[in-house]
Amino acid sequence: MPPELNSRPHLAPGCRLGESNQQRMLLMPVRALRLNGPSLEIVERCDGHHTVQQIILDLQKIYSKAGPQKVEQDILGYLALLQKERALDFEL
Amino acid sequence: MAILLFCKRNVLWISSCSAGILEASFRFCGGPDRIGMTFLLTMTPTIPNPLALIAELTHRCPLHCVYCSNPLELQSRTNELSTEVWSRVFKEAAEAGVLQANFTGGEPLARLDIVDLVRAARSAGLYINLITSGLPLDETKLAALVEAGLDHIQLSFQGAREETANEISGTKSHAQKLRVLEWLRRHRVAVTLNFVIHRRNIDQLEEMLALTESSCATRIEFANVQYYGWAFANRENLLPTRTQLNHSVELLKREQERLRGKIRIEFVVPDYYAKYPKPCMGGWGRKLMLITPSGDALPCHAAQVIPGLSFQNVKDRSLREIWEQSAAFQKFRGEDWMQQPCKTCDRREQDFGGCRCQALLLAGDAAATDPVCSLAPLRPKVDGILAAINTAPSAQNFVQPSWLYRPNPA
Repeated sequence: MPPELNSRPHLAPGCRLGESNQQRMLLMPVRALRLNGPSLEIVERCDGHHTVQQIILDLQKIYSKAGPQKVEQDILGYLALLQKERALDFEL
Repeated sequence: MAILLFCKRNVLWISSCSAGILEASFRFCGGPDRIGMTFLLTMTPTIPNPLALIAELTHRCPLHCVYCSNPLELQSRTNELSTEVWSRVFKEAAEAGVLQANFTGGEPLARLDIVDLVRAARSAGLYINLITSGLPLDETKLAALVEAGLDHIQLSFQGAREETANEISGTKSHAQKLRVLEWLRRHRVAVTLNFVIHRRNIDQLEEMLALTESSCATRIEFANVQYYGWAFANRENLLPTRTQLNHSVELLKREQERLRGKIRIEFVVPDYYAKYPKPCMGGWGRKLMLITPSGDALPCHAAQVIPGLSFQNVKDRSLREIWEQSAAFQKFRGEDWMQQPCKTCDRREQDFGGCRCQALLLAGDAAATDPVCSLAPLRPKVDGILAAINTAPSAQNFVQPSWLYRPNPA
């Protein structure tokens, strides 16, 4: 189920950004996710202030060479994955 | 053009066994550990960085669980590392590339300096998982731990019912755990409920799920006992029957779907029933490093059972030096040590020949193919153990077995 566009994602308790060997990471209970480029841009915006819609608009601007539809689709997929990992909570 | 595609290579699984019941999966009992299906470092030609440090802070524990993953020979308090040495170890670990520390024991809260240790590991840059029985906890201490930087607490339960839980832990422990669950609601920390599963509690999974759903936990680990040490000694009374196991797998597949996005369910099967062995510790000397209470650095929890291995101590050498150079970590790293059928097996980069300690316990040879593998020459031995379990009257579970309880060290 894709996240709602007007919800505001934020990192769940026990999930935070970290760094190791100049590589940004999303640290989570007993696992970690490497973040680069777009995935970092997304996770940095999961701050409880940006709505899903705002994150999509921001990244469509940053990655203006990519198809806007595809950007939206990828972001929704990525957020759904982080939700499944229990790394995100969504406030309405 | 896609801007990003989620890439499995970017997921670092940092514990000794993996879960997700839709993939075959395992874990080493007693630890928080998981082995991922995706091995990030599989093809790396040089020695990969360790990703997680399992810090066995003490062997002291108020519980006496019959499947404890500690060795049969327990370290006494007088041999435990000091706060200063642990703090140095955390720094060295972070410098060597370790991302997470798993504070375990025994009961890590038996260390009076536990808050200082959390602070030291956090300031070194590590993510901190604490695996605890919750028994020595009060709300003030919990607040202090969270304030010091604790990221994730894994509260162990021995069952969903007080009677079972107390039988398995050999002490009255269940009610206190329920109190801890209430306190946890008021603190910002990730919460996992850890259930070690075996014949006496595998029929309580629904009650365990209900307990988890009524709490603030976002994860639940159902880890079947793996048979080493105390669990090996109690195996006859712990191994579930095939009927029980099949039922639990079906149930958890449904529940995993129902709770998707709410509670993440991890499930580890007893590897005696598996077709292929678990990639124990994510491969020997590839991802994890365990430090015993007295400072010995081990490639896995049970490594001390393997004859001829000697272990270096963090009091004498740096973590990186031990990781890269010690004979114990080199011993089963890579593939040179493998025998047939592992040596030419297509799965050797997935499961690394299985568990070396289990090979020793069941085949008498630590370099043998893990006998739980369906391709192993000694698989018939495991089948024999299962056949005996599945036909024994004791498998009916009516009477309490006579357990060998783990004692508390001096």
